Amino acid sequence: MIERRSVQRDENPAGIHLPLEPLPGHSSRGRLERVLRRGEFAVTTELNPPDSADPEDVYNRAKIFDGWVDGINAVDASGANCHMSSVGICALLTRMGYAPIMQIACRDRNRIAIQGDVLGAAAMGVSNILCLTGDGVQAGDQPGAKPVFDLDSMSLLETVRIMRDNGKFLSGRKLTTPPQLFLGAAVNPFAPPYDFRPLHLGKKIAAGAQFVQSQYCFDVPMFRDFMQRVRDLGFDEKVFILVGVGPLASAKTAKWIRSNVPGIHIPDAIITRLEGAQDQKAEGKKLCIDIINEVKEIPGVSGVHVMAYRQEEYVAEIVDESGVLKGRQPWKREARADDQRVAERLGHILHDDVTETQVDMVKTAH
Amino acid sequence: MSEPHPNSTTAKGPANGTPVVTPPAGGGVTQATIVKKAAPKSDYKPADVSPQRRVQRSYSVRLWAIRHSRLLEWFYARFADVFLLLHPLWKGLGYGRVEAPVKFVEKRVKGFMFDCRMCGQCILSSTGMSCPMNCPKQLRNGPCGGVRANGNCEVEPDMPCVWVKAWEGSRNMVKGDAILAVQKPVDQSLRETSAWLRVTARAAAEREQAKVAA
Repeated sequence: MIERRSVQRDENPAGIHLPLEPLPGHSSRGRLERVLRRGEFAVTTELNPPDSADPEDVYNRAKIFDGWVDGINAVDASGANCHMSSVGICALLTRMGYAPIMQIACRDRNRIAIQGDVLGAAAMGVSNILCLTGDGVQAGDQPGAKPVFDLDSMSLLETVRIMRDNGKFLSGRKLTTPPQLFLGAAVNPFAPPYDFRPLHLGKKIAAGAQFVQSQYCFDVPMFRDFMQRVRDLGFDEKVFILVGVGPLASAKTAKWIRSNVPGIHIPDAIITRLEGAQDQKAEGKKLCIDIINEVKEIPGVSGVHVMAYRQEEYVAEIVDESGVLKGRQPWKREARADDQRVAERLGHILHDDVTETQVDMVKTAH
Repeated sequence: MSEPHPNSTTAKGPANGTPVVTPPAGGGVTQATIVKKAAPKSDYKPADVSPQRRVQRSYSVRLWAIRHSRLLEWFYARFADVFLLLHPLWKGLGYGRVEAPVKFVEKRVKGFMFDCRMCGQCILSSTGMSCPMNCPKQLRNGPCGGVRANGNCEVEPDMPCVWVKAWEGSRNMVKGDAILAVQKPVDQSLRETSAWLRVTARAAAEREQAKVAA
């Protein structure tokens, strides 16, 4: 008599770690694509990669997002700082049933390594890949490293698309089983050349992007203008756009980010608002929720990408308080029924002061 | 994974514990800053930090070429025609034999005009006469997300972003919309070879094929 755990939406009944049933019009067998294609407002977030070899570190960091997000980005040495690899994190997360979005940066690996990693990741159940150029090595803690940049984000997208759709490596050699993937890219509407940015998005769509995640959005009017041009070009029909948002810890942090992290545009008004607040941290969170509420109304926006670096515990609160899920609960990891029973049984034996004969045990088990 | 590992080294501790929040490098002290600070100081400070190749001269000629991209586009079209006309000569002498002198001239001319890096697969006409190989990330399909608000490069703060300039240059050109085409990855095996001869030989082959077909 094994009670079956009730199967959640977007879950393979045979096991949480297994890919979903293929659906027509879907290129991947992952959860994120399903959520987006159903027209639901998607929420993704970023996992702060551990500097350790302990899988528990990854599990703990993923656990705090449980039930609040549709996808977890596994960053690939972001900011050119060395951390656990994105392939490794993804392998761990897929085991636990999560839907990781594997980031691939072109900075560290050439086309041979990248194509191999794409196959390896897909084999381990990764359904979403985000293609990035990557920060320059000068930004990180090992500025003496060799910058590879063999591909760029665009040719990387095209390479993975060719592997998926044509079942071939870049060289033309055939794949026995092509990877089934949902392809993503990054956009930054907040950096020059501003009038080229929407067309650049068009190029990424042409290269294979199915969803894009934007850089941190702190300037909503600017983003609105960008989206206006994107809609005029008809790109919002071809790609799911997830807006990058995140809480700022303080005005000081905001200023530091503005002058030290390339590509993040923070208007003065934001800094003034943070400076004027009693509790800057709470204000930063409130600001993030306000921005989410503004951008979710912009036509063509399909979701938000909440990046709360070192404030990951806020992600759930931000998602909850902004109400973007509209009562929907994303997939949540639950203990399997049999594991649960073992745990209960062990707890009973260890903590409840009882003496049972084996015959009694068999009787209670039935 | 119901119980967090007791010896877990997670920076934040177990997820269900009280989170200890560290602001992202509040005082600007990241490992990167520490590494930079620890680097030995000397009187010699290199011109810039790009690991690709240190450009020690000003960008004025490069920027002139971008401002006059329309003129250069026109000139290059004529120049390519002349080169194609000379195809029988190149073939007679042997492409292999003329490679060295042509490459010598090409490298110097394009090096002076565009800070050419001799990738051997020139796409200047698709990039507003701004050589994309000068981008520290060698992006051939558009700018990265790190462009500074003043339009300068993230990696080399004094250099105007190659792609901001490319976009400006392409707007002056007749066939400027070529910038919207997705470029294939660079074929590294063609480095230090002549793009002029390659384009000419290819055009000649196409012309002959068209003749055969007609």
